[in-house]
Amino acid sequence: MSATHATGKGMTLTLHVWRQAGPNAAGRIVDYPAPDISPDMSFLEMLDVVNERLIAKGEEPIAFDHDCREGICGSCGLMINGSAHGPMKLTTACQLHMRSFKDGDDIWIEPWRAKAFPVIKDLVVDRGAFDRIIQAGGYISAPTGTPQDANALPIPKADADLAMDNAACIGCGACVAACPNASASLFTAAKITHLGSLPQGQPERDRRALAMVAQMDEEGFGGCTLHGECQEACPKGISIDAIMQMNRDFVRASATAVQAKEWSGAA
Amino acid sequence: MSWLRTFWASTVGKKTVMAVTGIMLVGFVVAHMLGNLQMFIGAEAMNKYAALLKSTGELLWVARAGLLVAAALHITAAYQLTMINRAARPEGYAKQEPQVSTLASRTMRLGGVILAAFIIFHLGHFTTGTFHPAFSETGVYGNVILGLRSPLVAGFYVLAMAALGLHLFHGAWAGVRTLGLRKRSADPMYRRLSMGLAIVVWAGFTAIPVAVLLGILN
Amino acid sequence: MARKLDAKIPSGPLAEKWETHRFEMKLVNPANKRKFSVIVVGSGLAGASAAASLSELGYQVSCFCFQDTPRRAHSIAAQGGINAAKNYRNDGDSVQRLFYDTIKGGDFRAREANVYRLAQVSVDIIDQCVAQGVPFAREYGGLLANRSFGGAQVSRTFYARGQTGQQLLLGAYQALEKEIARGGVTMYSRHEMLELVVVDGKARGIIVRDMLTGELESHAADAVILATGGYGNVFYLSTNAKGCNVTATWRAHKKGAAFANPCFTQIHPTCIPVAGDHQSKLTLMSESLRNDGRVWVPRRREDCGKDPSQIPEADRDYYLERKYPSFGNLSPRDIASRAAKEACDDGRGVGPGGRGVYLDFADAINRLGRKAIEERYGNLFEMYQRITDEDPYTRPMRIYPAVHYTMGGLWVDYNLMSSIPGLHVLGEANFSDHGANRLGASALMQGLADGYFVIPYTLGDYLATNKLEKVTTDHPEFRAAKEAVETRTKRLLSINGTRTVDSFHRELGKIMWEKCGMARDAKGLQEALKEIPALREQFWRDVKVLGSAEGLNQSLEKAGRVADFLEFAELMCLDALQREESCGGHFRTEYQTEDGEAKRDDERFAYVAAWEYAGEGKAPILNKEPLTFENVHLSTRSYK
Repeated sequence: MSATHATGKGMTLTLHVWRQAGPNAAGRIVDYPAPDISPDMSFLEMLDVVNERLIAKGEEPIAFDHDCREGICGSCGLMINGSAHGPMKLTTACQLHMRSFKDGDDIWIEPWRAKAFPVIKDLVVDRGAFDRIIQAGGYISAPTGTPQDANALPIPKADADLAMDNAACIGCGACVAACPNASASLFTAAKITHLGSLPQGQPERDRRALAMVAQMDEEGFGGCTLHGECQEACPKGISIDAIMQMNRDFVRASATAVQAKEWSGAA
Repeated sequence: MSWLRTFWASTVGKKTVMAVTGIMLVGFVVAHMLGNLQMFIGAEAMNKYAALLKSTGELLWVARAGLLVAAALHITAAYQLTMINRAARPEGYAKQEPQVSTLASRTMRLGGVILAAFIIFHLGHFTTGTFHPAFSETGVYGNVILGLRSPLVAGFYVLAMAALGLHLFHGAWAGVRTLGLRKRSADPMYRRLSMGLAIVVWAGFTAIPVAVLLGILN
Repeated sequence: MARKLDAKIPSGPLAEKWETHRFEMKLVNPANKRKFSVIVVGSGLAGASAAASLSELGYQVSCFCFQDTPRRAHSIAAQGGINAAKNYRNDGDSVQRLFYDTIKGGDFRAREANVYRLAQVSVDIIDQCVAQGVPFAREYGGLLANRSFGGAQVSRTFYARGQTGQQLLLGAYQALEKEIARGGVTMYSRHEMLELVVVDGKARGIIVRDMLTGELESHAADAVILATGGYGNVFYLSTNAKGCNVTATWRAHKKGAAFANPCFTQIHPTCIPVAGDHQSKLTLMSESLRNDGRVWVPRRREDCGKDPSQIPEADRDYYLERKYPSFGNLSPRDIASRAAKEACDDGRGVGPGGRGVYLDFADAINRLGRKAIEERYGNLFEMYQRITDEDPYTRPMRIYPAVHYTMGGLWVDYNLMSSIPGLHVLGEANFSDHGANRLGASALMQGLADGYFVIPYTLGDYLATNKLEKVTTDHPEFRAAKEAVETRTKRLLSINGTRTVDSFHRELGKIMWEKCGMARDAKGLQEALKEIPALREQFWRDVKVLGSAEGLNQSLEKAGRVADFLEFAELMCLDALQREESCGGHFRTEYQTEDGEAKRDDERFAYVAAWEYAGEGKAPILNKEPLTFENVHLSTRSYK
């Protein structure tokens, strides 16, 4: 019944997986042998197979978040051998394939670690903090039905492209997981840069920067020290240039707020 | 002044303060190093330079106060950010592999502590003379030669300057980036510039204790 | 006993129906809106846009999703684009043309009035999304770029690289978060709807499971909106996200909502072929690839094992260009899919198991340069390489059709209300606009049309014209619904059999793919109708679900969904069996022309099959809503 691919190229791996029964339970690393793994499997399909075998033995399967399995929903997030989403650049765990590993390998699988991302169970964490950062100002207020014709506002291609580069964020949290400071700067900055690069985003630009940075801090994420780990871990290749943009917007907004004497946005 | 409180309360505000004060300190360090290199011209030049600095009187104290405030803000922000960053990850990974972060970026805090200790010693050594075996108010050249004859002391200077180089390599680059002085970072020019700066400062400062130990300066 | 379903299509000329209806609908006084509460289940394009828009109007909205955040709904995975009749290219597009293309593409099995309205509001959607900051692709002049898509001869598709669904969803998600912050929407993430509550014949609430604590919660409201997506995962392998399920709509069906045309499923022609038995889902690559890629298989069976570069031009069969010279590689999805299946059935498929055809970019790379291709499809090519370990710049891609979208869904009237008053259904979860086949880049259009521009009007009319007594969650109907869920959960956990949930799901998927998939016949469907109940019976006897009802239990979540698929699958086969014609995505092998094209039977089957639940163990009742075409000529769909 186990779903093993019969290619004859099966690998035998040893998994070291973080198991934690619930939010308040103590967790620990548990070792699982994983024989007969096909190199064509995705990493999550490998976990599926391991789970099917666990269930057959009457053991609770390993809980992990996943949904689209095509690298766009941002659900999956695993620290694999000490790097976020595993060894392959620009790739989420669901798109990582077992051909990136060798027969006999040890694989360490841990949840994202951050105070702002508490563990719920095993490898599942709560990333609600990201939603709250967006709630603070990660939008353009354009109520349904109000807009003008889409082509009434030409936007230089370079600006639109920069916006798109930063809008590509899937909210997976790899940036936080990989950052030695558990900082959410790249996530926050990507949204600030996306919306701030577009003319539609200008009216709320100052307020957005102040409010989103304040919320990011409020959630208990660390600060940016420009290690660059987030950019390396980001499956969508978002550049830390965004963080420079966030800092500029934040400082400029602070200065503007002083001038206008109407500082209220970030409190 | 509530805006100032809010600015300082945020991690981005603190980083901005660190970047601004850091750049001020880099400016001082470079000027200090250039002044020091006059040791190689000779005792007369060095003592004359020192006397010139002292003759500025109040201006000197303004500069000293500025540096002190910059250093104090830099250290306070660094301390607070360190605490925030530590609290942000209460439980670490069983296994974590740095991918791109450098030795320099990961040792900023340790380097900072070494530098702080060094600055205190250095001020007591050559400014007030407290830790100096034979301090002279006017003979700066002689103070340096005598002060660095002990291999232990010279060794500490060499170690501290290595820490300074490393600190500058990441700090100078991170400082301008934090301030967003450069938007796009596709080309690595700024990294190279900060590498150059770090090497020049490290070499310039280290040359003196090494030269004293080797007897080139005496 | 069959009921007459009233689609409530407004009278008057087609082009004026929506305008007239908007005027005729009753409004809710602005000051009274906050007194009405609305439940929205699902946070994809339809759900998020509806929740945000209704909250902007002043209603009290509660929004539910099973994902950890509303931003992960499966709309996010749509790649190619969104259609709109903007005619920015000056290439002859119009509302009328988009309407006609959609009706024809759906093989004349959709309602004229709904489709016309969809085409009308399509232009507003683009305006709305641009205003929200959706970074659509632009030309150097700063204006919006377009591309063409399968089934259309005009360039009306707006796109954001290969991530259009993501960008549109994030636009709606951000609007939703804005409303959450303002206090207009209360968001319930990681909550799964397990029952609909009907009080005095009207939908008044839902029972949800908090997936983190396991607690069952009752939520009451004045109206319920389901925007819970499609049921493609009944096939186990599909391009849907793993969590996509039929539970919400199936539960509503069992409470009285008619289920329409469940057999209308769409097979997408450009997916990455199955690699082995471990396969957990199929990955789609945007069909925009067909703009520049040429589809072919070897002319001779013995060439299939060869390296494609070793097969000379003369030995290749560019079968789409050969069979459909005017649409060629841009033929509609169902036609392209079936043609691939035919080539593979003929023994000329390539790759593992011979289930694949080539999609070749060599000509496009020669003509436009590698850089241009990289610009257009870079992320898709990367994705393909990651999955298959083959470089599509130098070696043709291998593609194969996969289940992708379900046109069927809960029956709704023109106001998007189901046959249960107060229960509205939006997006892929309803059946309304795509007939028997959906055109590319139209799903995003429909989801957003329903959420941004239809439901805000029609829901107001429902609330303004119905007298709604106050209902609390203490009502016996709520208690009964909650008990039913509790009993079901306990039963699932107590079986403790020998087989995993996934193994049942795989087996069901296999039955459905083989007997109710790309091609169907009466014999296969009758077999499936025997096999499915047997499998269901075995499931309830032998499934093994570990853990408890408290706390996060992913096995339990899956078990509940698969249990519903096991019931729903039967209805799907019944529907496929009764529809003795071929149309769109529904291809009955008994009903085809001599050259293998779908043979529609407008005399007998120009209707919507809306199935009514008759009770446990009873045959469902088939209600027929006749489709009348006053504005288009019923023609045989030809893309030759």
